[in-house]
Amino acid sequence: MIDLQINGEIKHVDAPDRMPLLWVLRDLLGLTGTKFGCGIAQCGACTVHLNGNAVRSCVLPIGSIGTRAITTIEGVRATPSGASVQQAWLAAEVVQCGYCQSGQIMSASALLTTTPHPTDAEIDAAMAGNICRCGTYVRIRAAIKSAAQLAAMRGTDGDRTDNV
Amino acid sequence: MTLLSGRLRFPFYAAGAVSAAVFIYFLWIVLGPGPMHFVGGKRVPIGTYGAGDPTGVPEVLSRAPLIERGRYLARAADCEACHTSKDGVPYSGGRAFVLPFGTLYSTNLTPDPETGIGRYTNTDFLKVLHRGIGLGGKRLYPAMPYASYTYMSDADALAIKAYLFTLQPIRMEGPQTNLKFPFNQRWLMGIWAFIFNPDKRFEPNAQRDAQWNRGAYLAEAMAHCGECHTPRNLLQALNNRAKFSGTAQAGWRAYNITPDRASGLGDWSDADIANYLITGHADGHGTAAGPMGEAVDDSFKYLTQADAAAIVAYLRSVPAVATRDLPRPKTRVAPSSAEEGVAGNVSPLGKAVYAGACASCHGWSGVSPVMAVATLTGVRAVNDPTAINVAQVIISGALGHNGVDTANMPAFGDAYSDEEIASVANYVTARFGARTSALTAENVAKLRASD
Amino acid sequence: MSERKTPSRTNRTQISRRDFLKVGAAAGGGLFLEFAVPSAGGAKTGVSAGHEFSPNAFIRIDRKGAVTLIMPQVEMGQGIYTSIAMILAEELDVRLETVTLEAAPPNDALYRNPVLGFQVTGGSTSIRAFWMPLRRAGASARAMLVEAAAQDWKVEPAVCSTAAGAVIHATSGRRLPYGSLVDRAAQLKPPANPTLKTLADFRLVGTAARRLDTPEKVTGKALFGIDALPPGVKFATLIASPVLGGRVIRVDDATARAMPGVRQIVVLDDLVAVVADHTWAAKQGLDSLNITWDDGPNANVTTEEILEQLKAASLRTGVVAKSVGDVATALNVANRVEVTYQVPFLAHAPMEPMNCTVHVKPDGCEIWVGNQVLTRTQAIAAEITGLPKDKVIVHNHLIGGGFGRRLEVDGIAKSVRIAQKVDGPVKVTWTREEDIQKALYRPFYFDRFEVALTGAKITAWKHRVVGSSILARWAPPAFVNGVDRDAVEGAVNLPYDVPNFHVEYVRQEPPGIQTQFWRGVGPTHNVFVTESLVDELAHRAGKDPVSFRRDQLGRAPRLLACLDLVASKAGWGQVLPRRVGRGVAIQDVFGTNLATVTEVEVDEQGEVYVKRVVCAVDCGIVVNPDTVVAQIEGGMIFGLTAALHSEITLAKGRIQQSNFNNYRMMRINEAPKIEVHLIRSVEAPGGIGEPGTAAAAPALANALFAATGVRLRKLPVDRKALAAGKSA
Ligand code: FES
Ligand code: FES
Repeated sequence: MIDLQINGEIKHVDAPDRMPLLWVLRDLLGLTGTKFGCGIAQCGACTVHLNGNAVRSCVLPIGSIGTRAITTIEGVRATPSGASVQQAWLAAEVVQCGYCQSGQIMSASALLTTTPHPTDAEIDAAMAGNICRCGTYVRIRAAIKSAAQLAAMRGTDGDRTDNV
Repeated sequence: MTLLSGRLRFPFYAAGAVSAAVFIYFLWIVLGPGPMHFVGGKRVPIGTYGAGDPTGVPEVLSRAPLIERGRYLARAADCEACHTSKDGVPYSGGRAFVLPFGTLYSTNLTPDPETGIGRYTNTDFLKVLHRGIGLGGKRLYPAMPYASYTYMSDADALAIKAYLFTLQPIRMEGPQTNLKFPFNQRWLMGIWAFIFNPDKRFEPNAQRDAQWNRGAYLAEAMAHCGECHTPRNLLQALNNRAKFSGTAQAGWRAYNITPDRASGLGDWSDADIANYLITGHADGHGTAAGPMGEAVDDSFKYLTQADAAAIVAYLRSVPAVATRDLPRPKTRVAPSSAEEGVAGNVSPLGKAVYAGACASCHGWSGVSPVMAVATLTGVRAVNDPTAINVAQVIISGALGHNGVDTANMPAFGDAYSDEEIASVANYVTARFGARTSALTAENVAKLRASD
Repeated sequence: MSERKTPSRTNRTQISRRDFLKVGAAAGGGLFLEFAVPSAGGAKTGVSAGHEFSPNAFIRIDRKGAVTLIMPQVEMGQGIYTSIAMILAEELDVRLETVTLEAAPPNDALYRNPVLGFQVTGGSTSIRAFWMPLRRAGASARAMLVEAAAQDWKVEPAVCSTAAGAVIHATSGRRLPYGSLVDRAAQLKPPANPTLKTLADFRLVGTAARRLDTPEKVTGKALFGIDALPPGVKFATLIASPVLGGRVIRVDDATARAMPGVRQIVVLDDLVAVVADHTWAAKQGLDSLNITWDDGPNANVTTEEILEQLKAASLRTGVVAKSVGDVATALNVANRVEVTYQVPFLAHAPMEPMNCTVHVKPDGCEIWVGNQVLTRTQAIAAEITGLPKDKVIVHNHLIGGGFGRRLEVDGIAKSVRIAQKVDGPVKVTWTREEDIQKALYRPFYFDRFEVALTGAKITAWKHRVVGSSILARWAPPAFVNGVDRDAVEGAVNLPYDVPNFHVEYVRQEPPGIQTQFWRGVGPTHNVFVTESLVDELAHRAGKDPVSFRRDQLGRAPRLLACLDLVASKAGWGQVLPRRVGRGVAIQDVFGTNLATVTEVEVDEQGEVYVKRVVCAVDCGIVVNPDTVVAQIEGGMIFGLTAALHSEITLAKGRIQQSNFNNYRMMRINEAPKIEVHLIRSVEAPGGIGEPGTAAAAPALANALFAATGVRLRKLPVDRKALAAGKSA
């Protein structure tokens, strides 16, 4: 039995230490928002946060997580930048098929948490690990910038945007 | 930089001076020390060494059937790595060894009577293992490390043979070795063996304890560490004056494993080395890949803890030799922000490739956010300013060892250009290593060809 | 997403015109309209739906005024549910939010594509197919609702207007919502010729409406096929024979059986699957199997061998796809060019790997999957299980990228066969390696050209397309007279004024690999080869590539306008730094005119940096401009990815690529800026999902030529050739 703290709740998981978090989330806990795309940390579809940092859950053994907090797409709205990113994503109409977008949003919100006003170079470096086969890159760049502005507004005016 | 070309380059002097120099050099080579000469002391026949027999299998297997003992020893001697081709059946041979003067292929060790060793008698087997003489008197090239295996006891050699004879016979005629003149003259190898193969079985050193002697036997007669880690002279024999100080092998760098602090294993704890042998990974020092990765997978991981510790004890006794171009690995972790740490003008293409294909596993700090085996901080290869092994591992990837990893390092060679691989290798050394490498696309093209 | 009932209605049906619209009362009250939409192949090939009225789309307006459209098309991220809802809302004059779209259940009788013979979504055809029928249906319904209100108020319909789902009598200020009128309207006769809105009246069409399917996709709630978790489901992964046509000889599964979580090992003729408590255990189990394969007849196939066969076939005379003038004579001039081009096999690699969840019971079969061919899914499951079709229930899900891959049922067949051996539901997930290596691929095409140039005009054009036929395998009725219309699409409709023009097709099926539609289909290859060659000819004629094209577009004013616009927006003709170049390509395919200028920089080592892409598009009337722009952007990235990085190769009968480390995808830090300029148009809407993909490679290759002087006649881009300065 391993205890994992996922989206603020403790989950008891009966699984081997070396099992990657991705399959625990999807197959054992039914949190299917986190996606499988490659299994070798090349596509980013499986991105979750570990203490706020974006990590690839497909290669992350649950035995190594310890007490660090896991956030998935289902819970990202509660993080400092998650809601802004989701809102900006809708406003910019980033999404096409949507399959990669959980991972994109997780990477983008982790970026904005550490780097509230990322430059183009910072966006490229943080997002290059997330493949989008539908080719939404142009809009991802734009959406991250507007999310940064949204987050800044939120910082001054409080939470004004609820309709995600 | 000439990488690994290994080509013979003679300076051109006046003829007389040349012959004199050649003769002196020849003498220097011929009179070179044996592999265990460094330790001095008195060697005694096995029977008279008081602290036990350093040969054979570990205590736990001492009562095991011959075949099982043979399997342990065959693994310890790592026959499989060389005698298995890419995607081939284990031990069926056909692995290519690309040398500057042609290509050698390993032979089939399964007991098939036509194409394997099915017709070898015990005497035949010992002759090939100890002296490099195959059936019909055919002389073997020293790619077959018989100058090391020659230290193996007859009993151990025959146990290995017994094990090999239990394998499924595979009819597999490997490609024919094809070397240029004069290297195709196999009889010349007789002369080579006369000079360089002591043709002696292992004798314990009376001044050393049982663990050291066991380690010496395992490292020299079995694992043949020196075949990769000791530099060679012009006649392709091991130069034990610089024993274990590292060299190039099959397009990879086999690093310095002497106790030198900066360039060798001086900074590694005993446990680090033993872990590295058995699991292919030592925290803070790196993960085995390439030929060493194979050695772990096919050989070291099967050793008992005691045997691994014995090898460590032996390695610790070797004189420290510094490798001039290898700095002491940087252990400071790089900044976790991509924008800090490395000047923007250092390999922007390398940074772009790193961001896409590498950062997810290795992190921007060099400490892997997902699995310890992927940490780059402190790793020897990353602190090698030639970046040869970094480039190689990018090209061909690395398998996990002992099945403890959640993913392997994928091979990127097929989808990334020479320029991209050179750039990302340079970026990696700049960001995480002690010194920045200057690998070029041409270097990478050569590395691809040499593996 | 659950299965849906076939729409039902009562018998009192009013028919407006035999082949257009039926109207009646909906079961449970409300207005029900049936109409026919020519589906994918019909729109594409121009074949009409036949003389009998066979409705395949249905509108229901209930007593609350809610509008439901039930139709054969499925949403795959192309945004069609929003665009189609917009068209209906426009003519019906309701708010967009009141329209709900429902994908039809599998039913060939109701939703059959008349040309292909079954129900299918694909080919950038949805908007083209729906545009007129849906407008007329919407306008008819609106007319009837107006008439119902007019009768109630005892006024002339002409003095009534509509807005936001209600009929309004302006003079009296009276207002009746549609919901209150539906029952009365259902009794009326539909108008023979409903008045459609004029472009000036449009208030929804042409605006950037919000996509309806996105909110769930940013919160992780959207359910793709791979997310199906029916109660009691087990998890499996599989390995099929690495060589097409190979067989399992022996499986050593001792290690796998002992692994925790592993439940069952299913060994079939041509594949092995491991069923477990979770996908990770299944994968671990699969990795530990020792399988001996009989590779079968394709054991030694290589890409080189396939190329040789294509080359040899290109010397044969093909079946004529189009012939105008006298090419043989016209080719008899001094300035004559003979070249060959080739493009490789490509995998689709959608982000969602192939997967399918199946529960086979003695008396029925349930399938959870996302795909584009529902009735084929149902049929193949029925065939394998021996169950009647109506015992096969298909729960269709969102599709995590199709690109053509989900027009096939190979994965469904494998999953059903595995599920037959499993007690309870089983989700079969392909590893990415399995997804890339055991797939169907975009064909390898080889093209042979003979063209003549007189002055700066192309006077003869002979093009022989050589490749496998997807249609012949996938939709035999559409493979007519030996010509694969898809393989020559973009080749037969070259936009230039060429007096002597001849296109042939030679079918050459490769051994050991199956081919299939891939985003952009025939044009991805034909626009690349023809527009590259036109560029070559421009340089041969000593003309600027834009003006060379301009001068020969007499028949194509829309395309000419695109070319002019893109040239001015891109700053064509500016002096550029060394090793920076711009290339142009134009096309009229999928009913959309597109001109593209791409700017690249190439370093001395041949590394390519795509800086900027500018597109000018005339896709007719634009329903949702934002979706058009998004599709061009995405299509362009998809096409650039392939041109820069992608190639599927075979050795020893095995696909050599396996995952994103060696089947590489363009990433955000390689992606260019993309500017899309839409041209106002009153023409019928064209397709938009695929043109961007077709435009990517030719504009790129022409830009690379401009930057380096190296002409690339095969894909993907050969960096060594660019470094060395040699045409390849
Ligand atoms: S599934 Fe984890 S990075 Fe692709
Ligand atoms: S939106 Fe489809 S893969 Fe990114």
